[in-house]
Parts: sequence; structure tokens; C-alpha cells
Amino acid sequence: MNGPPTAPDTRDADIERTRLPSVLAETWKTPVGFWGALVTVDHKIIGRRYIFTAFVFLAIGGVLAALMRIQLAQPEARLFGPDRYNQIFTMHGANMMFLFAVPVMEAVAVYLVPLMVGTRNIAFPRLNAFSYWIYLAGGVLLWTAFALDMGPDVGWFAYVPLSGPQYGAGKRADIWAQMITFTELSALAVAVELVVTIFKQRAPGMTLDRIPVFVWAMLVTSFLVIMAMPAIMIASTSLILDRLVGTHFFNPAEGGDALLWQHLFWFFGHPEVYIIFLPAAGMVSTMIEPFARRPAFGYLGLVMALIATGILAFGLWVHHMFVAGLPRLGDSFFTASSMAIAVPAGIQIFCWLATLWDGRPVFKTPLLFIIGFVVTFVIGGLTGVMVASVPFDTQVHDTYFVVAHFHYVLIGGAVFPLLGAVHYWFPKLTGRMMSERLGQWSFWLIIVGFNATFFPMHILGLEGMPRRIYTYQPDLPWHGLNLFISLSAVILIAGFLLFFINAIRSAHFGEVAPDNPWDAPTLEWASTSPPPSYNFAMIPVVSSLHPLWDDRETLPVAAGLRTDRRELVVTTLAGAEPQAREASPRNSIWPLWAAIATTIMLIWSIFSPWAVIWGSIPVAVALIGWFWPKGTPEDES
Amino acid sequence: MIRGACKAGSGPLLAAPLAACGGNWQSALDVYGTAAIGLKQLIILIVAVCSVVWMLVMIALIVALWRRRDAQAQAPEPTRERRMTVAIMGAVVATVLIIGTFTVMSFIATRALNVAGQDDLTIRVRGLQWWWGLEYVGPDPSQRFETANEIHIPVGRNVRLKLEGLDVIHSFWVPSLAGKQDLVPGRPNELTIRAERAGVYRGQCAEFCGMQHAHMALLVIAEPQDDFDKWANAQRQAATQPAEEEAASGLQTFLAKPCAACHTVRGTAAAGTTGPDLTHVGGRRAIAAGLFETTRGSLAAWIADPQTIKPGNNMPLVPLTPEELRAVSAYLASLK
Repeated sequence: MNGPPTAPDTRDADIERTRLPSVLAETWKTPVGFWGALVTVDHKIIGRRYIFTAFVFLAIGGVLAALMRIQLAQPEARLFGPDRYNQIFTMHGANMMFLFAVPVMEAVAVYLVPLMVGTRNIAFPRLNAFSYWIYLAGGVLLWTAFALDMGPDVGWFAYVPLSGPQYGAGKRADIWAQMITFTELSALAVAVELVVTIFKQRAPGMTLDRIPVFVWAMLVTSFLVIMAMPAIMIASTSLILDRLVGTHFFNPAEGGDALLWQHLFWFFGHPEVYIIFLPAAGMVSTMIEPFARRPAFGYLGLVMALIATGILAFGLWVHHMFVAGLPRLGDSFFTASSMAIAVPAGIQIFCWLATLWDGRPVFKTPLLFIIGFVVTFVIGGLTGVMVASVPFDTQVHDTYFVVAHFHYVLIGGAVFPLLGAVHYWFPKLTGRMMSERLGQWSFWLIIVGFNATFFPMHILGLEGMPRRIYTYQPDLPWHGLNLFISLSAVILIAGFLLFFINAIRSAHFGEVAPDNPWDAPTLEWASTSPPPSYNFAMIPVVSSLHPLWDDRETLPVAAGLRTDRRELVVTTLAGAEPQAREASPRNSIWPLWAAIATTIMLIWSIFSPWAVIWGSIPVAVALIGWFWPKGTPEDES
Repeated sequence: MIRGACKAGSGPLLAAPLAACGGNWQSALDVYGTAAIGLKQLIILIVAVCSVVWMLVMIALIVALWRRRDAQAQAPEPTRERRMTVAIMGAVVATVLIIGTFTVMSFIATRALNVAGQDDLTIRVRGLQWWWGLEYVGPDPSQRFETANEIHIPVGRNVRLKLEGLDVIHSFWVPSLAGKQDLVPGRPNELTIRAERAGVYRGQCAEFCGMQHAHMALLVIAEPQDDFDKWANAQRQAATQPAEEEAASGLQTFLAKPCAACHTVRGTAAAGTTGPDLTHVGGRRAIAAGLFETTRGSLAAWIADPQTIKPGNNMPLVPLTPEELRAVSAYLASLK
């Protein structure tokens, strides 16, 4: 014990069980109203906010996709000129990758991981609040620029020299690059929080082999974020320097190198795919258990596959550059490594099939989305094997074949599990069930619409249609399929609309959910739906991988935490043995101020390098306020 | 339509069988080049194997979901678990074998790409926003000549393309003949193409290169050696002096207005290098990088308002009187 406690030391074990919730609720509460919304550090409130925002970006990114499909439905259409169309496809890609796909996975984890590991809040909760505000600011920046006709128009990959000072006029490419800074800041912050939460805040007894697979997936993903994001940070910062202060990182005329950009971008960009896919795979492994009514087969294999994918993810970025003119032998190495990733992907698929085989499936919406995921993701994986082959890729690279491939991987492989996950965890988030009938309807519309929209793109690509063209000429035989695709997209959009309607309606009028509506085995279902601010009145003690299945009557709990201030249990990394009682930060407005100051600095720096000097002063002030010592005693063991 | 000429046939091409006319003239599946033929075989093989794999997974999924089960729930039991482990091991071994085979096949196919001798016909291909500059390089400097957007090659011979990106990154792709290769500023690349049959093949820039990426096409015309030699000889000549009065006045306008600042017409004072070489523009099938068939009318329309036809391209609107416009288009159309 360090120092005398400031208040009488009240412990949970000393209070009557009936009074405990109200005492804890007072300690962990978020003030009601607008002020509460600004100062909260509750991972559940921030996680919900994050998920909601990400789905808003999904919806408006989908609107852009619909606009592109209208333009491409017929040859030489003039709905948009090239300038606007190029902004639209760049915005669609950048928005979906940076503002939807990565954040939404981290958002789900921000909400679920602390519950699944049985703790009371995420590690570094104020950083968590900060990361949300920064993410929001990055999204608002990008979309405001687009609304002002200043949206980036150089592709979501922003290849130099096209995005460089000579060919990318105006501030469009700078806005893209700075949006990257915002999203990478927020992604890195969340990744660090998740790693620490998973390593140090697991419930006592949750040894490494008792961690739910989704939590494992988020651990691997967080390490991928931490290792991949610096590459894009270097790239986007060098690009801003080239554009703003005349450095020549990417200018071949002055000793720079155009391909350097591609290496840096894809060293991030390829792991990015797994940053999106691994959480989805983790969701599938976790959701499949209650719907197959048996434990996921091959826990060790599933976890090892996640880790192997995470390691291999850094060894295959060059397959995005097979036609850039790198040495052929090097290309072949990356063919081998890209193909190798099919092994861990295959292991997971086989384990899920085995789980379903041996289980007794319950055909509810989440399982339907898992089935839809297997059907489509296997296609995406197999076309991935195809494009990993150098000679194959020389014909399909930068064509609609690749557009089809990565939509199969990202929508089939990540969005389908995510939609399943929304149906699955919705009761935990909102306390209400989503409508099963609407859920099944939206599933069928989405899977039929998706395949009818994206499958023909494989054929278009082989028939010679390149990506990123704002129109095509009538003498090319592409208009029939393009029209078919655009019409099919209507079905897909209807499916998504129905999903959104279902979610919004159910949040207000859905059937009230019990604590564990699916008879699921993981800890988040041990709490109420939705969980109280303190998550668990007593910290659960875990003695198996499926605590709610194996201890059906009463979950053992640990006692001894203080109730008069925010405390949680810190456990050892491997064995999850209790180590200390750690104080968890209280609500604070400073993360918001810090985010505002950072936003001003970053946006200003698009226009002047001096912003970094003068803009850092308010950032420093906000950080001093944030970390001002309060005289709270340190950890107590 | 540019392709219309292909069906009707004209000039020396009439003699050649126009292979590409039957099918799609820009497709990795309608192939007439040595490389593209090999690639198509590889593509079909890999797609076929992958389709079988997908179907096997689907069968496993369907059976797993709808097989008959005991009414009673069974706890996981060691012998069943072991059997499933063995099944999964088998599937993993099959996966490794398949991707191993694909990797070796790819490696062998990659080695076969881009093999060219030193004495092959060599063309420097320069990618620019948004057109293709071409320079035929011979062993002897007198053989060299420049043209744009339309590559003629002799059938059955390897042709070495030296690919250079002069502004941003472009990608050279004529799918009926070969796979694509990028044109990266500061990093010259090479690509070898060989047409097995005479015909007109269309290609298009495959790497996003800005506003008019969609309209950066080129044609490859494969013809018998004699026809090719005739064409090359004609290209080496300077432009003939216009015989008709209207065309002659067109030349005067061309030289007096900013046109000559960007374009070259060999044999005249026009020696600009920013835009395509126009010495024989009237003999090319298409203008504006594949946008229109070359006619006097399309030339006039293009000159009259290039920014509406191809927004963002680097050709400025040069104000001309209607007479000047008619004369210039007549002159350019006469440059066969």
C-alpha cells in the first residue's frame, strides 16, 4: 500500500450484495446530459459511439458506390465528369478503408473486449475518448473537403507522382494525407489500449488458453496496427513534406523514387487487409459456438492461424506491385508468401466447417451471415490465390477482376461477419433483440445482391475493363454486364437499407433482451443487457474457455476491490493471476480539448508548416491538463 | 467507330486476315499474342482448379449444416474430435499441395515472359497524360521515327517495348497480346509482345493516371512483314506538302497559331514536342488516344473544343475562325 487512502477504504466484500450495484454505479457513473457525453471515459459509451459513427460512414460510402454504379451503367454517361468521378471513387475507397472498415472493427473491440475479458473499463480510457474525437475529426475533415469540391482525387492509394506537388494541384492530396494522420492516430491509440487490456486486465484465471478467439484476434490485429501504421505515417508525412516544403522523397528528377511510395504504402496496405479480416475471423469463431451449440473446433489451430496470418501479412506487400517492374525472382518470392496465407485461412475455414459438422446448428441471422461469409469469402480467397500468381496478375492487375476480388474479401470476408456480429451482440449493446424476420430478409437480399453485383466484375476484368475509369466507350463489349451490375446493386442496397431499418427500429421497439439470449459461453453475457457502467459487480473468476457453459449455476467471483473509487484488477500476462488493484481514470474533458487542439494543428498544417510549431502549444496545454496529478495513490497490490 | 474500319477493311490491311475482328479486341480471353495465349491457358487451369476447390468446400458446408443428427446433444468426444483433426490435416495438406503447384507453375510461366533478343524490333513507348508517344528505334539512326497512339508490328516477331513514364505512372496493357507492365517515371521497364495473327488490338492505360485515365487507349496493328515495312517506310518520310489549296492554307494556320508550339509535323517548321507527333496523323485510325475514328469531322470537332470532349486534357482551346478550323482539319486529315 502506498500512502494513506484519501477516503475510508470501502471494499466490495464489506458491502451487502444488494447495495453493491448502487454504490458502484455512483463511482463509475457518467453524468447525464451533454456534459456527460463530452467527458465520459466509459468504453461502452465510446464503443457504441464509434460503432454508430463507422456505420454512418459505411452508409455514405455506400451512396458514393451507388453513384458510381449509375455512372457506369452505360457507356459514355455524363452524370459526372472525370473530376468529380475521380473524387467519388477516391472518397469511396478512403472512406471505406480508413473511416469504416478499420475503425468499426476496433470499435466493436472497444466495446466488447473489456467485457469479454471481465474487467471494468478499457486500459487508458481517456486515450480511448481522445481516439474517438480524433477519428471523428478526420472523418469530418475528409467529408467537408469533399462537400467543398476539395475531396482527394488521386485514389485511396494516392500514388506519386500523381499525388505529388507537380501533378496533384490544390489541397486535395494534402487532405487525403492528413486524414491518414487522424485515422492512424486513433487506430494506434485503440491498438495500444487493447493490447494492454488483453495482456493485463483479464479476469483472474483467464490464462492464455482461456481467452475467447475474438479477443485473440483483436490482440493480433492490434499488433498489426502498431507495426503497419508507422509505414503509412512515414509515407503520408513524406508526401506532405514533398508538397508543402519542397522535399524530394518521391521525385525521381531529384533522386527520389516513385516506387518508394508504393513499398511504404503497401507495407501498410496489405496488413491493413488483415487488420480488417482478422477481427471478422475472430467474430466468426466466437459466434459460431452458440449457433453450432458446441465449442469451436480446434481452438489452438484457430489461434495459431490468426498469429500466422499476422506474421505472413508483412511478407506479401509486393504482390500489389507485380507489374511495376521489380526483379522477377523477387516477385516469385512474394507469390509464394502470398499463396502461403491460404494455409492459415484454410485451417480456419476447415475448423469452422468441422464445428458446424459436429454441432447442432441453429439457423438464426448470425449463423446465416456466417454461412454467407464462408460461401463468399472462399471465392475471395481463391481469387486471392489467383492474383498472387505473377503471370495471372499481369492480366488482371488494376482491372475489375481485382475490384471483384477485394470486395469478396472485404464484404464477404469482413462485412458479412460484422453484420452477423451486429445481430449477435445487439442485445448486449442496446438491451433489445433485433428482429429475426427482418434480419433474415436483409441477409437474403444482401447475399443475392452482393454476388450478382460483384461476381460479373471478374468477367469484366478478364474482358479488359480497367479499374478507376470514369466511363468507357460504346465499342467495348462491357455495357451489358455493367448494366446488370448496376441493377443488381439495387438489391444489395435494399438489403443494407433493411438492415439499417431493422437496427434503428429494434433499438427503440425491439423485444427486451435477457442477459444471455443465445446461451453463449463468453463473459460479456454474464453481465446484464446492456451492462452497467461498472460491467461486473464482482470481477468474475474464470476456470475454463467457456465460463458460462461450464459454471452454469453461479460464476465464481473475486472480491476485494474498493467501491469508493474506480478500481480494477491487474493480472499477470500468461497465468492471469491477480497482481494489483489498479485505479482507473475518472471522467475528464481534457481528452476532448486535446483532440480539438490536435485537430487545429493538423488541419492548419495542410496550409502552413508553421502550424506544427504554433499549433503544438495548445496541444501541450491540453496534455498538461490531461495528466495534471490529482494525488491519487498509485497501484495497490 | 474505330473498329468499323476493321470490319470494312481498308488499305494494306485488307489483305490480312483480321483475327481480332471476330472477338473482343481488348480481352485477356480473346488472345492472339504469344504471351497472352500462354497466360490464358494458365488462367483457365487455375480458375478450373479453384472452382473445384470451392465446390468441395460448398459440399462440405452443405453436408455439415443439413446432415442427419441424433436428437440428443452429444458432448464432444475424443474419437470424433480425433477423426475431425485427421480430416482437417488432410485438407491442409491438399491446400499446401495445390498452392505449391500454383507457385511452381507461376514461377515457370514468369520465366517465359519477356524473353527477347537484342536484334528485335524495338519501340520506345512513352506514357504521358493522356496519350502514348512512340519512337521506333532501328539499329541505324536513320531508321528511327516517331508517331503516337498507334503501334504497328510485324506478325510473328518479337517486339521489344521500352516503357518510360514521363509524367505520372501509366501502365501498358494490350490484353489480347500480353499482360501489362507499368511505365514508372525514373524506372524504365521492358515488355515483349508478339502477335500470332494479324489484326487490330486495343489497349488501354491500366494504372490510374489522373483526369483522363479512362481515355488513354492505343491500338496495336499487327500486319505481315511486307505491310509493316511499307508502313514503316511511309512513317519515316516527312509530311508531303499539301496539294489542295484548303489544306495548304490549313498548314499556314497550323504554323501561325499555337498548334506548332506543341506538335511536330516533320517537313514543316512545326517542331513542338509537348503533344503527339502529327506527321502522319491522317493515316492513324483514331485521334485523342483512341477516342474517335480519324475523320476530317472528328479532327475539327476535337480542335474546336478539346476540353468538352476530353475534360482536363492538356490541349488548350485555340480560338480559330470557322474557315481556319475547316482548313486545319483538312490539312491534318490529308497527312496520311
